[in-house]
Amino acid sequence: MDNQRVTSSMFDTDELVINMGPQHPSTHGVLRVVLRLDGERVVDADVVIGYLHRGIEKLCENRDWTQIILLTDRMDYVAAATNNLGYCETVEKLMQLEVPRRAKYIRTALAELQRLASHLVWLGTHAMDIGAVTVFLYCLRERELILDLFEEYCGARLTYNSMRIGGLPGDLPPGWDRKAREICDLVDEKVVEYEQLLTQNRIWLERTRGVGVISAADAVAMGFCGPPLRASGVYRDVRVDEPYAAYEELQFDIPIGAAGDTYDRYLVRLEEIRQSTRIVRQALDGLPDGPVMGKVPRLIKPPAGETYHAIESPKGELGFFIVSDGKSLSPWRFRVRPPSFTNLQLLPKLVRGHLVADVVALIGTIDIVLGEVDR
Amino acid sequence: MIDYVVIPLVQIAILLVGVLTAVAYLVLLERKVQAWVQVRLGPMRVGPHGLLQPVADIVKLLVKEDITPARADKWIYTLAPIIVLVPALIVFAVIPFGQSVTLFGVSIPLYIADLNIGLLYIVAVASLGVYGTILGGWSSNSKYPLLASLRASAQLISYEVAVTMTLVSMILVAGSLSMVEIVEAQQAQGWWFVFLQPVAFFIYFVGGLAETNRAPFDLPEAEQELVGGFHTEYSGIRFALFFLAEYANMIVISAIATTIFWGGWLRPFPSVEFLAFLDWVPGWAWFIAKTMVFLYVFLWVRATLPRYRYDQLMRIGWKVLIPLAIANVIVTAAWKVLVAG
Repeated sequence: MDNQRVTSSMFDTDELVINMGPQHPSTHGVLRVVLRLDGERVVDADVVIGYLHRGIEKLCENRDWTQIILLTDRMDYVAAATNNLGYCETVEKLMQLEVPRRAKYIRTALAELQRLASHLVWLGTHAMDIGAVTVFLYCLRERELILDLFEEYCGARLTYNSMRIGGLPGDLPPGWDRKAREICDLVDEKVVEYEQLLTQNRIWLERTRGVGVISAADAVAMGFCGPPLRASGVYRDVRVDEPYAAYEELQFDIPIGAAGDTYDRYLVRLEEIRQSTRIVRQALDGLPDGPVMGKVPRLIKPPAGETYHAIESPKGELGFFIVSDGKSLSPWRFRVRPPSFTNLQLLPKLVRGHLVADVVALIGTIDIVLGEVDR
Repeated sequence: MIDYVVIPLVQIAILLVGVLTAVAYLVLLERKVQAWVQVRLGPMRVGPHGLLQPVADIVKLLVKEDITPARADKWIYTLAPIIVLVPALIVFAVIPFGQSVTLFGVSIPLYIADLNIGLLYIVAVASLGVYGTILGGWSSNSKYPLLASLRASAQLISYEVAVTMTLVSMILVAGSLSMVEIVEAQQAQGWWFVFLQPVAFFIYFVGGLAETNRAPFDLPEAEQELVGGFHTEYSGIRFALFFLAEYANMIVISAIATTIFWGGWLRPFPSVEFLAFLDWVPGWAWFIAKTMVFLYVFLWVRATLPRYRYDQLMRIGWKVLIPLAIANVIVTAAWKVLVAG
């Protein structure tokens, strides 16, 4: 080391640049954040993504329409069923296929169970980032049961491939809806337990209140979506604004936050867990009879044209933009609007002026999955 | 000759072995308690219910490659874990585990030394440990450990002030700095001092959590933020020394709490005559049982609470605990002069 330089600059103050990630315990995968620190305070942050880029969009343009369902599983791997749903509905919209009502209801139930599973993972990891390790194991305990449900339905626990263009691969197994109801009751019960550990906990309040405040105007301007947007007080939920599947026929509330801080984002997601169990119960109660697969041509080949369709994934507005040339057996252009990606671009704004400890809390609070950010 | 050399040496050997074994099993206990809280089983593979896990851990740490980063300050880097561990172990010299026992006609005290400045010795020695933390983080020449050791030095120094202040009020109550005499004073006054000084005990325990870097004050080694804290770059046996020191310090804090606040080797309600049948339990058993309770609280707190942020931690230390501790000293002194006279 250059000793001369060290001595002469001994009493200077300098900004410390540290790399948080891509190998870091709480960047939720391979996110890399370059932090410029003044002591413990963050002066600026630079988000570097792309470590998990697998070229899924391009890959989809070289696979046929049914194979793509499988690839969508690999984007948001914490919530594969909602990805399946988004893609299948987009193709159905492009082909103007009619989906049987029973399939719509089952899809809704699956999507909401998926939201439960995803929010439980979020709550667990977020709490663990702030140091409450026990909540993580409690959350995964309940998520495990939901994964069991999915396993019983489609045979897989993480990447489900659980929907088909025009319907579903199969009907619900006998007794499945009773189990689903039991799990909904259990989750409702356990959410109270998580709340006892966190909601009124002084340390939790001090760590989350007033941390990473985003105003409604900023949130809209920067393209925030999903629970973080609603926590800032914007009433926007694709399930209500542009209903899909069976949401139009079901009753549920959209929780809205006021302060737009980490604590509000936590409360909004917890309330969404309760609303999700309510939706699952309704969907199972009103389950109509009939087939689960609509009339779909043997060879799926949408007519030439383009379409955009969005659904409310657990993380926010998940949109698919697909262009078909009407000739080939694969999409001509396949583009995903991932909620994690648009939410992540707010991170530098969120962390500026906060402490290092808050950075992990803020990465947790926007609920990103790198598989979806990088695709 | 025998009284001054052989017996103390045997005592020291037994104590060191005992403490190090206790530390190793405390690690297992921590994993088990955390697992029970978190509806898991914890270590189950090595031996029945994982009872041999500490042995496996120690063997692993001993045979692991011992890495020194290329740009580390090698001397200080080597010295730091030793500076951390040694004070944690030599504090045990003045902790009385019980009254004397008679073996083969020789009366052997269950402590190594009864210094007349025992408490002062503990405070002095225990505050040396922080140097190891600072030097370890600094000499690694790496950014995360540096940040962590800056946190650690600020935290340990500020919480030490509060803890020492509570000890001052305890000295006023007991009228002695000797650990043995403090316990005897509790016998004489008929109270465990925790009932006379609940505020002091609260501050002492919270400060103790912070001084041992335990949750919710485990900022210097917050793995979710700073990867591994000040010992990120350490591996093998040197890492093990840091680890041993942390758990040894937990035992020290618990043992001091037991001695000063909870009557040391005394049975519950030492002045109540009809509970005298409790005396058939030997003093050292009471001492160990009480210490275990505190150790369990350490583990329990860790499994339950999230972590404070750095600025919040400093705020609690300087704006809540230290003023409270000073006020407690003043009130105790005033009571001593005006009432107890």
